[in-house]
Amino acid sequence: MYSRCLASLLLLGCTLLAGCERETRAFHEEAPAINDVSPTDFRAGGTPRPVAKNPQAAEYERNAFHISEGKRYYEWYNCYSCHAAGGGDIGPPLMDDEWRYGGEIEQIFSSIVEGRPNGMPSFAGRIPEQQVWEIAAYVRSMSGNAAKDAVPSRGDEIKTTKPLTQVPPTPERSEPPRSNR
Amino acid sequence: MSGRKHICAALVVLLAGCSGQQAALDAAGDQAATIGDLWTLMLWVCGFMYLLVLIFLAHAIWRARHALDAEPLTHGSGSRAEHPLRMALGGWVGLIVVGLFVLSLATFFIDRSLAQARTDDALKIKVTAAQWWWKVEYEGMAPDQRVVTANELRLPVGQPALLELHAEDVIHSLWIPNLGGKEDLIPGRINSLLLTPRREGEYRGQCAEFCGLQHAKMALDATVMNPDAFTRWRQQQLTPAPAPSTPEQIRGHEIFMSGPCAACHQIAGTPASGQTGPNLTHLASRRTIAAGARPYSFEDLRDWLRDPQSVKPGNHMPVVQLSDSDLNALTAYLDSLK
Repeated sequence: MYSRCLASLLLLGCTLLAGCERETRAFHEEAPAINDVSPTDFRAGGTPRPVAKNPQAAEYERNAFHISEGKRYYEWYNCYSCHAAGGGDIGPPLMDDEWRYGGEIEQIFSSIVEGRPNGMPSFAGRIPEQQVWEIAAYVRSMSGNAAKDAVPSRGDEIKTTKPLTQVPPTPERSEPPRSNR
Repeated sequence: MSGRKHICAALVVLLAGCSGQQAALDAAGDQAATIGDLWTLMLWVCGFMYLLVLIFLAHAIWRARHALDAEPLTHGSGSRAEHPLRMALGGWVGLIVVGLFVLSLATFFIDRSLAQARTDDALKIKVTAAQWWWKVEYEGMAPDQRVVTANELRLPVGQPALLELHAEDVIHSLWIPNLGGKEDLIPGRINSLLLTPRREGEYRGQCAEFCGLQHAKMALDATVMNPDAFTRWRQQQLTPAPAPSTPEQIRGHEIFMSGPCAACHQIAGTPASGQTGPNLTHLASRRTIAAGARPYSFEDLRDWLRDPQSVKPGNHMPVVQLSDSDLNALTAYLDSLK
């Protein structure tokens, strides 16, 4: 009885410790640069090609600090003006399951850095690379694709949408985007 | 001996709080003087009571040692000690009631006078706190008369200044001890603070509500100057940034405009018009950089640009990788923004 109690306490301790890593703050991190990321091969009507995964990039969507910083930069760099709070405006929505240029974090990174046709400007040289990764991680979290224990919960503003911690993950669609949009 | 030394050192440190750039007891404005008066009153009232308690305590100890053979006090009604004891107790309770009453009244009236002291001829200044710096805007008669600066507050002596307090992210609190009391800056809410400076000088304000990693390095450089100098300063702040003149400054200007700097910072008279970072139009005329984290100098500015995260870890300015010559050029350009 006693040992079972001790074992469950130990287990609980380990579970708590597992939470320690999720918010490590790296202020001097060297972010993977644009050259390390293969640009996507998305073209109108084409089939998506598997993207080269970057192990360092994946860290960004598992880290609470990076995602919340991304949320701040999303506002600071005025992503709002076109994508609104994720629901889309003159730019496409970011919280749904439709990705014109790929929904992996590496692909979102290159969409931000390179710009995309029909209005998405290139932010190369405008936003430091680490911050672009953070924004990309936040954009991923909007559709429920980032780690649940790392995403920020309710924001300061009044919103009609659910907090990110309650958004169910929406897997990327396998079929190419509809041609009429 | 070393104990006495320590006490002396501690006293010196404590006394150092009584005057200087950031001292609540060295009032340089009406509001700070009022609060100082309340403080003095509290010191006298509480000091008097404290002294009385100590005297009675000392008397009790002395009695216990020297008057053992005296007749012990007897209790109960009709005993010899009853009358004086009753008088003493009544007097003591009366003293406490009067003391607390005086302190409550004084606090109430001083708080009221500070809250009501609003005048129409006040200089209107909007102060916005963000992690971890102060944005200071002087409202003018027309939009082109508006001065925007950061981490410095300049006030003309003798004129009341009405500070409109905003916060961008979390709750901060503005405290310039020489000029007045604390007032919180709360997101989504506008507070106001009236300061009437009476003595020229340089004072230091500080965020007084824990607001995150760099709360300690969130200082506001407050200067009280004579009205003519203030008008000159204001006119000078209204001018756009001087154009870069030397080749190095021109190169720095190009780096600033084409790099990430311009996305967050504004320099009046140039395309740089970012709104999230401090306005840099007259950066080189300020006395500190990064909200008092370092004094302003060419070398400190270059250190800051090379790696803001080692000067003030966790602040929201990213590290932008630049070669040494680019770094020097950028610093030279920013250093020309007098």
